[in-house]
Amino acid sequence: MKTKLAVRDLHLHYGTKEVLKGINLDIPENNIVALIGPSGCGKSTLLRAMNRMHDLNPEAKVKGKILLDDDDIYAPGKDVVAVRRKIGMVFQKPNPFPKSIFDNIAYGLKIAGENDKHKLHAIVERTLRSSYLWEEVKDDLDKSALSLSGGQQQRLCIARAVAVQPEVLLMDEPCSALDPISTAKIEALMLELKKEYTIVIVTHNMQQAQRVADLTAFMYFGEVIEFAPTRQLFDAPQMELTANYLNGNFG
Amino acid sequence: MQKRHFIDRAIKWLFFGAAATSVLVLLGIFGMLLFNGVKAFAHISLAEFFFTSNWNPSAYGEPSYGILAMLASTFLVTLGAMLLAVPLGVGAATYLAQVATEKTRLILKPVIELLAAIPSVVVGFIGIVMVGPFIARVFGLSNGLTALNGAILLAVMSLPTIITVAEDAIRSVPNSFKEASYSLGANQWTTLIKVVLPAAYSGIIAAIILGMGRAIGETMTVLMATGNALAMPRGFFDPVRTMTATIAIELGEVPYGTTHYYSLFAVGALLFLISLVVNLLAENLAGRYRYKL
Repeated sequence: MKTKLAVRDLHLHYGTKEVLKGINLDIPENNIVALIGPSGCGKSTLLRAMNRMHDLNPEAKVKGKILLDDDDIYAPGKDVVAVRRKIGMVFQKPNPFPKSIFDNIAYGLKIAGENDKHKLHAIVERTLRSSYLWEEVKDDLDKSALSLSGGQQQRLCIARAVAVQPEVLLMDEPCSALDPISTAKIEALMLELKKEYTIVIVTHNMQQAQRVADLTAFMYFGEVIEFAPTRQLFDAPQMELTANYLNGNFG
Repeated sequence: MQKRHFIDRAIKWLFFGAAATSVLVLLGIFGMLLFNGVKAFAHISLAEFFFTSNWNPSAYGEPSYGILAMLASTFLVTLGAMLLAVPLGVGAATYLAQVATEKTRLILKPVIELLAAIPSVVVGFIGIVMVGPFIARVFGLSNGLTALNGAILLAVMSLPTIITVAEDAIRSVPNSFKEASYSLGANQWTTLIKVVLPAAYSGIIAAIILGMGRAIGETMTVLMATGNALAMPRGFFDPVRTMTATIAIELGEVPYGTTHYYSLFAVGALLFLISLVVNLLAENLAGRYRYKL
């Protein structure tokens, strides 16, 4: 299987505190990889490192490499905007812009220079259909995205990220603020999306990891303790720490 | 036990009284302005007052009471002030809220707020001795005490209000909007212009309106710096006399109880109404801009 995203000896400091301590991880193309572990273990930090979100925080210092198709996204002089266009992100809380549903989806396309009205409409419709939102909002495209329910907002955010056709989709606990029905819809959507995209998801929900992820990485105190096919990690963890965590001995 | 209960109630009423006093003062002022102002219209027709531009209440024989010229002057000076202060103020607010480092912000913000501490008479003084002559030289005028002079000074005076309120509005835009924008491949400027500023829109408008309210009501500065000519202004290079300046100049010397006396109250009541509407508008908008996180 082709490796889409490769993390190589990645260290991250916040000020003097080392949050990621030499991460190595190979994420295969068209797979869903789950990052699990107790709060504060660095899984969200690692995820945000994958599309250089830490650039916004002057306190954060990154060392090491993350290779997207063998191309280091932290290489000097690398165009961050181009990186983020290839590696999209969905956040923990749904964060649609206070704009219309249409404009939310079209935003990424417009800033990339797409101004053709017909094309925009076609892409917005296709994207909304692919995130199973079209039937629910097709008559309200001009309404504010903030008028949608939480679950709809999150699917809109996924659609917004997908609209610019990234290659990798990062999801930071995308269902933690949602009810079980919305969660099920988003999980179904993820399984559909992995045909075209490579997905990395941070989750606190062990059942969710088992339902959607092909591979799961267990992280603890800034290190990847175990990285294995999901079934194997949950059924027969190789490391004692993993087993303890999965048994609920800490967390 | 009885005594403590009594003190509790007394204190409650004390604070209620303090709050009620300011409301009563407001109502009293408006009532007084209206009560006296209305009397002016026993001798002046509404049409003359609002739609003619000749203000000459002390003329021998046929006095005239048209406020159109000073209404236009107030409008002109305020408009000029806003044309200068809005880009400058919103720009500064954007810089403070989004671009400046925390260190820079902590130094700049108090300094900008200090602008509000300059007494208006000092600003007027600067207008007479510095800004006015400068305008006269640059534009080749015989006299620099013009609407433009007033506009520049009022712009400076309304800047702290605009910057403080707009900065607050821009800062209250949730970080998650910015992150979403960045994650879609936007750079800092695109994010600022297409996401952050539109999200802070109503707060910025509120800031502008509050600054406008400051400019409309300002008296001493325009009285000193705009030349006080009672004619319909043709542009920014004409000397003007605003509604506030007219009241300040004339009310001290007008004989009590005359039509002239009451007409100044009518001007005051109108000014009060304009300020009231402006402030209510700002209040209404400002309440709407906060996002729940």
